[in-house]
Amino acid sequence: MRPLAYARVSTVAEAVEIVAADPAGAFLAGGTTEIDLVRLGVARPDLLVDINDLPLHDIEDLPGGGVRIGALARMSEVARTPVIAGRYPGVAQALLLGASQQLRNMASMGGNLCQRTRCAYFRDGVSPCNKREPGSGCSALDGLNRGHAVLGTSEHCIATHPSDVAVALVAFDAVVHTAGPGGARRIPIDDFYLPPGDTPDRENPLRHGELITAIDLPPAGIAERSVYLKFRDRQSYEFALVSVCAAVRVEDGLVTEARLALGGVGTKPWRSRLAERRLLGAPATAESYAAAAAYELSAAVPRRHNTFKVELAQRAIVRGLTQAARGGMR
Amino acid sequence: MGIDLTAEAARRRTPTVRGPSEQPVVLTVNGTHHAVALEPRVSLLDALRDRLGLTGSKKGCDQGTCGACTVWVDGRRVLACLTLAIACEGRQVTTIEGVATDGEPHPMQRAFIEHDAFQCGYCTPGQIMSAIALIEEGNAETDEDIAEFMSGNICRCAAYPGIRQAIKDVRDARERP
Ligand SMILES: Cc1cc2nc3c(=O)[nH]c(=O)nc-3n(C[C@H](O)[C@H](O)[C@H](O)COP(=O)(O)OP(=O)(O)OC[C@H]3O[C@@H](n4cnc5c(N)ncnc54)[C@H](O)[C@@H]3O)c2cc1C
Ligand code: SF4
Ligand code: FES
Ligand code: FES
Repeated sequence: MRPLAYARVSTVAEAVEIVAADPAGAFLAGGTTEIDLVRLGVARPDLLVDINDLPLHDIEDLPGGGVRIGALARMSEVARTPVIAGRYPGVAQALLLGASQQLRNMASMGGNLCQRTRCAYFRDGVSPCNKREPGSGCSALDGLNRGHAVLGTSEHCIATHPSDVAVALVAFDAVVHTAGPGGARRIPIDDFYLPPGDTPDRENPLRHGELITAIDLPPAGIAERSVYLKFRDRQSYEFALVSVCAAVRVEDGLVTEARLALGGVGTKPWRSRLAERRLLGAPATAESYAAAAAYELSAAVPRRHNTFKVELAQRAIVRGLTQAARGGMR
Repeated sequence: MGIDLTAEAARRRTPTVRGPSEQPVVLTVNGTHHAVALEPRVSLLDALRDRLGLTGSKKGCDQGTCGACTVWVDGRRVLACLTLAIACEGRQVTTIEGVATDGEPHPMQRAFIEHDAFQCGYCTPGQIMSAIALIEEGNAETDEDIAEFMSGNICRCAAYPGIRQAIKDVRDARERP
């Protein structure tokens, strides 16, 4: 592992200032992405700024009925907090189905949003990879791409974003709050994730030294009956091949509101707006769910080893919507 | 690498920046303070094993995928391979060497022996650190919960049936008045 300097800070202003001033500085929260990537030689910071003493650990109710999750709240804590488990079960379930309990105890919500892809070519530190080394090419296009994305891809990168909870946050229009050298910002989470296009190295709009301070969830609404389902190669402690966060409101047998987002198939946590629109006013039946799923996946661009994801995603959507219509996780 | 003057200036202004050279660090492990000199890049796992001679915590993967390095920091189970030692200053670290009291094995250690919950034993310290925490967390209520919340500890010898039985024994013994 490369040598690096370390600083522990106690205020947001200090954290921002010190990283902003050092082009090779980086924030350190739980370290479950950062330390891993430094050891692999993929991340090359010369200074890690430990933000764990910042007062950003709380989860609090917002006046209008939403919830604010501090950027340093741990995945395990957020998942077991009654307002999250009760009002946003899809969010809680996405957290519990991610990683392992040890990792969830370490991993912060802010760090989770910024975790990097698990694409093996990105992580090996040597293969051509536009995300790690812009302009070097993409080894996955004609390589081992079983785990890769089928939606939102470009000819420069087909890597998935691996976060589970981000899928649920995208479904429910969470808002990311930041503090940076240029002041504070609020970024709707769907805009927080950038499609790869021809700059796959840029995954989010954060500027160097800009710190996520909190994530806001708007008032729950149909999120209260949401589900999160995850399909993977082993039952636990594994990233998703496909995951789905779903919530539906049904009145007189017709869908009057729907939220749908996918993980494991998109280059970003994938809000399925095409399917959502198709569902509005449709009968709440497996046939309509399948039609909406097919419509969403009609834009898929599968590669040699990941064609199965197109079908798997559609089945996952149908199962997710069916379960959500029945009343959610419980 | 070129030296960035702004960055250098910022560091001189901010006294909190330490390293990359060796720094004096005080680690509190199993209730004992240890003063050691460590580069900031050293993981908690390497500090425990190579500097403090606490070799109970094992290195299986060094990338967060096996759980052999599980220890507690401030009472919560975490992975020592993805934790920087210097980041543990001021925090309480507990390792497998610290769970016995007055020379008496922890009930979970006894239960592991009783149920033959290991073969080679490499994963065992991590399994035990997770298993004790699992019960404290309240995540050992059902067989499904035990399987799910212990999934961060891989056993290459597949001693899982014994491990799960040991956990259930300790859980049930605690519940009995
Ligand atoms: C073996 C393994 C399995 C995993 N499985 C899953 C899984 O199934 N599902 C899943 O969703 N995740 C999974 N993860 C990923 C894990 O959830 C993330 O690594 C974790 O959430 C990152 O959070 P952290 O606090 O550890 O971040 P760090 O590693 O500390 O930081 C990650 C990145 O974010 C930056 N950063 C951290 N905090 C902030 C902030 N507040 N503002 C701005 N930038 C910040 C850091 O500089 C760094 O670049 C897994 C990880 C491992 C190692
Ligand atoms: S898919 Fe993206 S991350 Fe993977 S090799 Fe191609 S450019 Fe790199
Ligand atoms: S050595 Fe830490 S998880 Fe494998
Ligand atoms: S006992 Fe051998 S790895 Fe678990």
